[in-house]
Amino acid sequence: MKALLELSNVGMKFDTPKGTFEALKDVNLKIDAGEFVSLIGHSGCGKSTVLNIVAGLLQATDGGVILDKQEVTEPGPERAVVFQNHSLLPWLTSFENVELAVKQVFKKTKSKAEIRDWVEHNLELVHMAHAMHKKPDEISGGMKQRVGIARALAMQPQVLLMDEPFGALDALTRAHLQDSLMEIHAQLGTTVIMITHDVDEAVLLSDRIVMMTNGPSATIGEILDVNVPRPRDRLALADDPTFVRCRQQVLQFLYEKQRKVEPLPKRTDAATGAVRKRA
Amino acid sequence: MVTLTFPTWMEPYRALATGKMTGDQWQALLRQLIWPVMGIAIFLLLWQLAAQRIDTSLGQFPGPVDVWEQAGSLVDEHQASRAKEVAFHERQEKYIAARLQQQPEWEPVYRDYTGAPTFFDQIGTSLITVMSGFLLASLIAIPLGIVIGLSSTAYAAMNPLIQLFKPVSPLAWLPLVTMVVSAVYVTDDPMVAKSFLTSMFTVSLCCLWPTLMNTSVGVTSVSQDLVNVSKVLRLNALSHVRKIVLPSALPMMFTGLRLSLGIAWMVLIAAEMLAQNPGLGKFVWDEFQNGSSQSLGRIMVAVIVIGLIGFLLDRLMLMLQRALVWDKSSVQR
Ligand SMILES: Nc1ncnc2c1ncn2[C@@H]1O[C@H](COP(=O)(O)OP(=O)(O)O)[C@@H](O)[C@H]1O
Ligand SMILES: [Mg+2]
Repeated sequence: MKALLELSNVGMKFDTPKGTFEALKDVNLKIDAGEFVSLIGHSGCGKSTVLNIVAGLLQATDGGVILDKQEVTEPGPERAVVFQNHSLLPWLTSFENVELAVKQVFKKTKSKAEIRDWVEHNLELVHMAHAMHKKPDEISGGMKQRVGIARALAMQPQVLLMDEPFGALDALTRAHLQDSLMEIHAQLGTTVIMITHDVDEAVLLSDRIVMMTNGPSATIGEILDVNVPRPRDRLALADDPTFVRCRQQVLQFLYEKQRKVEPLPKRTDAATGAVRKRA
Repeated sequence: MVTLTFPTWMEPYRALATGKMTGDQWQALLRQLIWPVMGIAIFLLLWQLAAQRIDTSLGQFPGPVDVWEQAGSLVDEHQASRAKEVAFHERQEKYIAARLQQQPEWEPVYRDYTGAPTFFDQIGTSLITVMSGFLLASLIAIPLGIVIGLSSTAYAAMNPLIQLFKPVSPLAWLPLVTMVVSAVYVTDDPMVAKSFLTSMFTVSLCCLWPTLMNTSVGVTSVSQDLVNVSKVLRLNALSHVRKIVLPSALPMMFTGLRLSLGIAWMVLIAAEMLAQNPGLGKFVWDEFQNGSSQSLGRIMVAVIVIGLIGFLLDRLMLMLQRALVWDKSSVQR
């Protein structure tokens, strides 16, 4: 079978004030329809760059991406993106946010009633039907991310691209969303590429884990097949030998082979927006 | 079903009436009513004391009581003028009816009443002029701001001009606007007065800038994530502006509009004074030239009314902003 998505010799050079910076070099990857693939690697190695190239938001400077026999040259709804910080339009309700996407993709093929049903269906899929007329301000971070996923799913994409979708959430919320995502993937068979920095998340969700080397000139270091049967249960897997071995291998790659000494991380997240001056 | 709820600011008064005041409500009452009233009372006292010590060539500087009397006489004058107008029209009707009886083929000529505008007529003129100038400025500034915000080329091209014209005082524009309006607006049957156009254009030229700047900044600061959403959805240029850019920029735009309206009102009064164009500014100038013993008191009434109207205009914009802007945290007092 021919792969649905193919990255061949993808390279990316950025022009910076200090000269050219080669972020990616020779990235080769084939993904089959229905596969769930995770991208993992240390921060700054180029994961988002890979995803944005597939999304069409960035143009690779070398090589290219082919989706379903067509070269990717620009963004489009057949490659829906779930952004890390939800990226919902704050002035629209959850329903309207999803509706905007659905109208854009299906305005020629669906009637008004069908559009409404389809929006509601996708919000139900992510368990957000109860709050669909609330604005992003009025719902929690996890709920916003669910709506973001519903918006992406509602476009019926060939590939669902997720850039650290649960990175900003607390552990419990994250576990809930991971379960929802597994459920949806089982139900719809969507092809998914997900960036994560969470080893457990990668092993739990993926069919394959793509491990990237450190930049500059980052590329794919190893690819690990996760041969754990689905449906997967996070509690039962905790001491499943295959699961434990996969986890071990990813950890080894990240912390032995691609060991990275990082400077103390700056707490930028706490500094922004926490203090709002009173008018 | 409609349920009647008290606005939160009324809570303390309700509590006072029912005799159930909490400490917080006392605080609220102090803040909303007692401190402001005290502030005004102290101001009036100081004003009275100061006024007694200032002797001008037009007599003693008016204190609060004199000003209150003048306000009353301005109201009386207005009512007298209205009564005269009614009487004039009645006389005219009678005359025409009588003449038509003798001469049925005669074409009646109706004339308008031409009394001097009263203080309240001047207020009306000023309000119409300021709103027209402000609307015209907004109609220019908002689209232009969007274009500048979207295109760095347009920004580069216009920025020097904006920086150059932004600080220009209305007084400098006024002679030019007056001459241009006189030269360009020549009709036998003018729909609006030249003086109205002069005032309006001067107001527009001066109050354009905050809306323009704020709109363009609002447009440039649309979050990159939302721009990416728009790209993934393949929104066309028009939808992109309507669905993403405009709503994003709306809070900034409103901040600009509020500033603009404030400037418009200030500029208008100055322009009316300088150009002798009908409106509150002319009222002030006429009183100044008039130089009677009541003039200063009447000018003081005008000053207070100008302040009050400026305040109300700002409140109006604030209410609009509250109603229309999604980002409630951007709405400041
Ligand atoms: N537009 C850009 N211009 C210059 N350098 C960039 C740009 N985008 C990303 N980079 C650099 O490319 C590298 C990879 O970035 P990114 O893909 O965001 O990493 P990751 O998502 O893995 O944390 C980083 O070193 C980053 O500084
Ligand atoms: Mg990233």
